[in-house]
Amino acid sequence: MQTKTIAIIGAGPAGMEASASLAKLGHQVVLIEKKASTGGHLNNWHHLFPDRRPAKELLQKLKQEVNHSNIEVMVNTAVHEVKQNDYRYELVLSEKNVINANAVLITTGFELFDAAKKEEYGYGIYNQVITNSDLEQLFQADNLAAQFKKPVKRVAFVHCVGSRDAKVNNHYCSKVCCVTAVKQSIEFKERMPETEVFCFYMDMRMFGPYYEELYREAQEKWGIVFIRGKISEASQTRDGSLQIKAEDTLASKPLRMNTDLLVLMAGMVPAEGNEHISRQFKLAIGDNRFFKSKDNHFDNQLSDTPGVFLAGACLAPMNITDTISQARAAALRIHEYLTN
Amino acid sequence: MWGYKIITTNQIDYDKNNRAIRNKILALEPSLRICIACGACTATCTAGNLTPFNIRRMNVLLQRGEYDDLKSELGKCMLCGKCTLVCPRGVNLRNLILKTRETLLNDECHVL
Ligand SMILES: Cc1cc2nc3c(=O)[nH]c(=O)nc-3n(C[C@H](O)[C@H](O)[C@H](O)COP(=O)(O)OP(=O)(O)OC[C@H]3O[C@@H](n4cnc5c(N)ncnc54)[C@H](O)[C@@H]3O)c2cc1C
Ligand code: SF4
Ligand code: SF4
Ligand code: SF4
Repeated sequence: MQTKTIAIIGAGPAGMEASASLAKLGHQVVLIEKKASTGGHLNNWHHLFPDRRPAKELLQKLKQEVNHSNIEVMVNTAVHEVKQNDYRYELVLSEKNVINANAVLITTGFELFDAAKKEEYGYGIYNQVITNSDLEQLFQADNLAAQFKKPVKRVAFVHCVGSRDAKVNNHYCSKVCCVTAVKQSIEFKERMPETEVFCFYMDMRMFGPYYEELYREAQEKWGIVFIRGKISEASQTRDGSLQIKAEDTLASKPLRMNTDLLVLMAGMVPAEGNEHISRQFKLAIGDNRFFKSKDNHFDNQLSDTPGVFLAGACLAPMNITDTISQARAAALRIHEYLTN
Repeated sequence: MWGYKIITTNQIDYDKNNRAIRNKILALEPSLRICIACGACTATCTAGNLTPFNIRRMNVLLQRGEYDDLKSELGKCMLCGKCTLVCPRGVNLRNLILKTRETLLNDECHVL
């Protein structure tokens, strides 16, 4: 078999796992990452739902996998231009490097919704307001309580920040933030058992294995209180504390609450460079602004452009389990494409 | 007459309720169909923070064909539009309230 080269754009869990699978099948892979290191969003998370294993564990495993003689990893590298000739793609990269690829896999993932856009929650204005991603960073510290200027007696988690929201033109559900809120509320309680923890949700979407169980554990073991209502605003009171307003929809009454910390469950948005990539490869973009597959059921890893494949959170918000499955599925489809 | 009074059922009687009015209002302001009952409108509502008026609940009742409370309750709305500003689904609440008021006041409806 003549060796074929596959260019993979984006070295998060999807790109790394697909590289490893293709390398094992005997192909040459060039894995292109715009940032200084591989791993994507795994670098930002502390422990993972549903089993709460350290994200580092997964990161190490993926790094070992891509440490393969068939894989060339190029970090700090962007794709500037693409030319197509007879089912081959010529990719012009940073510093005028050129790669000739027989197939291309797009694994550019997602970006966190910019929570400052929801001005009513005061992210970037009040220092008691943080995001899910900020909290993952705080969990890295040994002493969580010491990370806050004032004692945190109460914390409220806000679901659906920047998702399911026509006001920011994101109609989709980001899928992982309900379970992230449940996971983080438990982690908070473990570290600071005296703190009262509330989750304000519109719908609890516990779609994955052991997610519902985690939700139950949060109620049963940790006494976390779930209130069904969207927080309409957060504002600072005269004494400098934060006041939130919601409707407790199950009680049919407006609710007011002072809280020491507000954690915003920022959702997922498509990666910034996707428009450029879609133009270069003539890829379709869906109504949700993520990449669009050729077929949602049978050809989810295929795009409308022959030889260009898609996997992971660049297609839609998803968890790591689905990301890894898609990466392997994409590797198989690429292998079929190149060997036929 | 004999010391007993008619007890109105607490049930939503979906078979008996006259949903023609609801359908008429929905035709005038279709965006109510996409409400997900999150309550952000009620949370921010000027009238609802002072009185027991609850715009989210009123809209659910309207959709079920339960109009009894609506006419008196909707009078409490000050049409300030704050609810419309916070709605994550983009329901045009202010216009909905106006159209509901108009429709319920219309004699042709025979409901009140
Ligand atoms: C707050 C939060 C917590 C989460 N916690 C969990 C959890 O506990 N368990 C779980 O299963 N899932 C979790 N997830 C989901 C998980 O992060 C994703 O499933 C996973 O990161 C998707 O992997 P990916 O490779 O598709 O994308 P990413 O991780 O986003 O990786 C994409 C990579 O591509 C690179 N890239 C982007 N554009 C370009 C370009 N143009 N050129 C070159 N490189 C590019 C990026 O720099 C990045 O390295 C969480 C998500 C959020 C938002
Ligand atoms: S997963 Fe939950 S918090 Fe996230 S967008 Fe969906 S419903 Fe909202
Ligand atoms: S804010 Fe909008 S979606 Fe939420 S309950 Fe009110 S009308 Fe419905
Ligand atoms: S318009 Fe009426 S229902 Fe809406 S917030 Fe103002 S008073 Fe409340």
